[in-house]
Amino acid sequence: MATSSSTGFFLLETVIKVVVILFVLLTSIAYLTWLERKVIGHIQSRWGPYLVGPHGLLQPLADGLKFMFKEDIVPAEVNRAVYWLAPFLAFVMAFLSISVIPFGGSFMLAGHQIALQITDLNVGLLFVFAVTSLGVYSVALAGWSSNSKYPLFGGLRSSAQMISYEISLSLGVIGVLMIAGTFSLREIVERQATLWSHTGFLSLLPRWNVFLQPVGFLVYFTAAIAETNRVPFDLPEGETELVAGFHTEYSSFKFAMFFMSEYANMVTVSCIATLLFFGGWLGPAFGPGWLRVILPVFWFALKVFCFLFFYIWVRGTLPRFRYDQLMAFGWKFLLPLALLNILVTSFVVAWLSA
Amino acid sequence: MGVLFYIAAVVAVIAALNVVLRQTPVYSALSLIVVLASLAAIYLLLGAPLIAMIQVIVYAGAIMVLFVLVIMLLNAGRETPSRGSRFARWAGPPLLVVFFAEFATLVWKQFGLAGPAAPAALDASPRAVGQLLFSSYVLPFEVTSILILVAVLGAVVLAKKQL
Repeated sequence: MATSSSTGFFLLETVIKVVVILFVLLTSIAYLTWLERKVIGHIQSRWGPYLVGPHGLLQPLADGLKFMFKEDIVPAEVNRAVYWLAPFLAFVMAFLSISVIPFGGSFMLAGHQIALQITDLNVGLLFVFAVTSLGVYSVALAGWSSNSKYPLFGGLRSSAQMISYEISLSLGVIGVLMIAGTFSLREIVERQATLWSHTGFLSLLPRWNVFLQPVGFLVYFTAAIAETNRVPFDLPEGETELVAGFHTEYSSFKFAMFFMSEYANMVTVSCIATLLFFGGWLGPAFGPGWLRVILPVFWFALKVFCFLFFYIWVRGTLPRFRYDQLMAFGWKFLLPLALLNILVTSFVVAWLSA
Repeated sequence: MGVLFYIAAVVAVIAALNVVLRQTPVYSALSLIVVLASLAAIYLLLGAPLIAMIQVIVYAGAIMVLFVLVIMLLNAGRETPSRGSRFARWAGPPLLVVFFAEFATLVWKQFGLAGPAAPAALDASPRAVGQLLFSSYVLPFEVTSILILVAVLGAVVLAKKQL
């Protein structure tokens, strides 16, 4: 009976984790839109949303209701099956990658060790990349199935962009992988837990990978902004040229699914940046046992929040690239830089281990 | 585990048939992606997570995206079925029966009713695969990469009239 009760416990634990994480993720996506409009508003000397609730705090709720009750218009000439498939694919792929993200240590409850992560794959990082690479289809298929000019251009542009920058994205993190020697996101974080030294100024500085891999971090985060189709790389939906790019012909809830998956991708990319380069949930943890469990989660959330804020800040600051500039930047600058970083890192790693 | 294998296998076979039988290229390409993804699931069940992820990243994620892009660019609608090859129509079915008979005998001789014996546990971790790839199999690995480079050069030469 012992095994069956532990299987039951495992199932219950996983279901609870999935429900809680989905709830937190959906809520943070909703409030990310609020934060974005607020911050962009203040950058442009406006107030942003202010009318629904105090400081417009209920605006995401109102937006969600609006999306649900709007008429769902399906243009007459679309390829129906693919047109329906695309937003679901975007949504599923965006939410799937969160399942391997660890957001805290682990704690004991009723004799079971509970890790703050849905599942710890030993190829966790590759899983995220695999899911991201499948996410390209949603954009390409949405653009094609709409059977209209602007979406087709948007879909083509954005698939070309995503394929190009995916290479720099994955090459940018190779340096970290060489230092850590593992694909497991949990282990990569645990390798960063040491200090530079125990005395002097350096003892205040944590041994995060960003100090060892500054170039890798720059390459990764630049490529990540392009991969999530955000300003200044948001050509797929450049509204001045392409109306709304690949999701021009989508309305109501199907549009909302594209919208939510874009923000979910932003969250995932920020989580990965935190885990790989900024020590994940590591930070000062003190006090009674429950505080030692909560504080790391808080540090993780704070670091991810900083990245999301940075995303919005960039959107309020930089103009959009031209399409040929975008391609030239990706292939002629970012990719060679990533390769150079790998070369230098591998020499240093080999020299240190010899 | 067994149930998951049969689900993945049935999905793979149905999707593979769909690739061949569909007359709209986009549906064929999408079915091919499903085939590759379910093969990845089978690799995962066999205890080779690295191979499964690479299968998805390289085949389903990179190569098939290019297929879909080309189909989109050509805006290919329905294929027009050719009625050309009379030989294929007459010789096809008997050859298919022969092939399946051959295949079934081989499987029967190899395993009989008992099914295949469980293979010895292999270390399929990224570290082990990497070490094999860069020691025992380094020559085939490098030769393949040169082959791909030659193919890329060939494609560029064919596509560009003036260089």
